[in-house]
Amino acid sequence: MLEISNLSIAFGGLKAVDAVSMSVPEGGLVSLIGPNGAGKTTCFALITGFHKPDAGNVKFCGEDITAVKPFKIAEKGMVRTFQIVQPFAGQSVLENIAVGAHLHLRDRQDALDKASSVAHEVGLGDRLEQDAADLTVAGRKRLEVARALATDPKLLLLDEVMAGLNPSEINEVIPVINAIRDGGVTILLIEHVMQAVMQLSEHTWVLNQGRLIADGPPREVAQNPVVIEAYLGKGMAERLEKEKRNA
Amino acid sequence: MKQLFILLGIFAALAVVPFFVSSEFWLNAVLLTLYAALLGQSWNILGGYGGQFSFGHSLFFGVGAYSVAVFQVQLGVNPWIGLLLGGLFGSVIAVGIGFLTFRYGLRGSYFALVTLAFAEVFRIVSNSLWWTGAGEGILIELDQRAVMMQFKSLSHYYWLLWAITLVCFLTVWSLGRSRFGARLMAVRDNEDAAGAIGVDAFTVKLKAMALSGLFTGLAGVFYAQKFLYLDPGIAFGPAVSVESLLVPIVGGLGTLFGPLLGAAALHIVGEVAREMIGDAPGLNMVVFGTILVLMVMFLPRGIGGLGKMSVRNIFKGGK
Ligand SMILES: Nc1ncnc2c1ncn2[C@@H]1O[C@H](COP(=O)(O)OP(=O)(O)OP(=O)(O)O)[C@@H](O)[C@H]1O
Ligand SMILES: [Mg+2]
Repeated sequence: MLEISNLSIAFGGLKAVDAVSMSVPEGGLVSLIGPNGAGKTTCFALITGFHKPDAGNVKFCGEDITAVKPFKIAEKGMVRTFQIVQPFAGQSVLENIAVGAHLHLRDRQDALDKASSVAHEVGLGDRLEQDAADLTVAGRKRLEVARALATDPKLLLLDEVMAGLNPSEINEVIPVINAIRDGGVTILLIEHVMQAVMQLSEHTWVLNQGRLIADGPPREVAQNPVVIEAYLGKGMAERLEKEKRNA
Repeated sequence: MKQLFILLGIFAALAVVPFFVSSEFWLNAVLLTLYAALLGQSWNILGGYGGQFSFGHSLFFGVGAYSVAVFQVQLGVNPWIGLLLGGLFGSVIAVGIGFLTFRYGLRGSYFALVTLAFAEVFRIVSNSLWWTGAGEGILIELDQRAVMMQFKSLSHYYWLLWAITLVCFLTVWSLGRSRFGARLMAVRDNEDAAGAIGVDAFTVKLKAMALSGLFTGLAGVFYAQKFLYLDPGIAFGPAVSVESLLVPIVGGLGTLFGPLLGAAALHIVGEVAREMIGDAPGLNMVVFGTILVLMVMFLPRGIGGLGKMSVRNIFKGGK
């Protein structure tokens, strides 16, 4: 459904994303992980048209969408959320979500109805009239998802929707994401919360310093020495291995 | 729905004002307030609902005013047709400026400065063209017949203005319940986030420009027909631009009734200031400037926000 090949961008001298290729199958729930500053968010920005890549291309449903404007990509059915949440402050939760619903619904009442049902889906049903700016972190993360979901996307890119949540909040969000996938939406998520990556995703890619260093089922990837080193520093994989043997 | 009833109620009351106010002075005061509300609401579409602050709305006003005057005086075009032309040209110019500025991603103070610069350019150019009457200005011949959009009675001017203003306010009312309005406010609050969920910010802003330019142009036509005289300073000078933005900022940005409140408040303050300090030239600008600074510092949501804020504070126990 989504094919990116050789995608690259540099900011000044820094190669934030360096020749990244991956492909997301329709109906899948897959993830992109990596240490801080690895280039995950930048990848999303490249895929959805917020940045123009220096090289490489992005194909969505067979169509080349490299450097197409974000709103056009959203119209085609691929929508991202923002790691740093971007609510329409001063507008209610319902109004925020309705903007997404209006993508395919002209009528105001239809959009509001749709927004309300999406709000219930993600667990914001009791806060429809609340000002988006007054939501808790967990609430805002849900709002990001709801706004994107209200556009009826084919593919949803979720950027760390669980960051900053406590364990019980995370346990509430996991079934929400599963339900979205079961509703027929393909999902690619960026996540630091390994528990969520393990539970949710079938396949994961690991990015480090702009480059893909591994991919596969999350459980295998987590054992991969290259990945462990990327997260914990050089020599760590070896040390862990030794400790295991000595124990 | 409630909002619509209140709006129609207010306009119904405004419609019968001429029957109850016999003094020319007071009717004129109400007329000028309504006129300020029209200017303010037009600006509010773009600035309040769209978040694009223009410092040069006199450009659209002047284009509207000169349209009716020039077509009438130079070509003998009937002013009722001029009314349509004035609105149309105000709108077209606004879209043109929007196209140039938004295409290059100008936002915030850059956008404000570009609009200001364009208004200045038009002021200077109209100063030197023979067919706009150049620096001496242009005089519309006195011919007090309704077909010439000139009236013997002030109340007829009043009703003409009332009708234009009503259409403008109804348009803004519909923003609160339409896809376009939702998208416009989304762009105002966060352009990137709006883009991510499929809002074409560029087109949305151009549409807001079109509407804002249309109604400001119509206000210009009204001015020209009411006072029958224009010069570059009146048409394209900063006074109209300032009044346009001050009214909604004082009354409440991005709200339906804000411009009415703001227009009323500014007129009352203006009258009081004149009573107290006298009619020195440029004085109203000083008063307006002071009000603007005070509003931005202490009441960023305008007078309209005052009621909302206090009610909210009561319910939330202060916040
Ligand atoms: N617009 C930009 N201009 C310059 N540098 C940038 C820009 N955006 C990102 N970077 C840099 O690119 C690198 C990758 O950033 P990115 O936000 O994609 O990382 P990330 O994997 O999402 O990290 P995190 O897990 O902290 O969210 C970082 O070093 C960052 O400082
Ligand atoms: Mg990130």
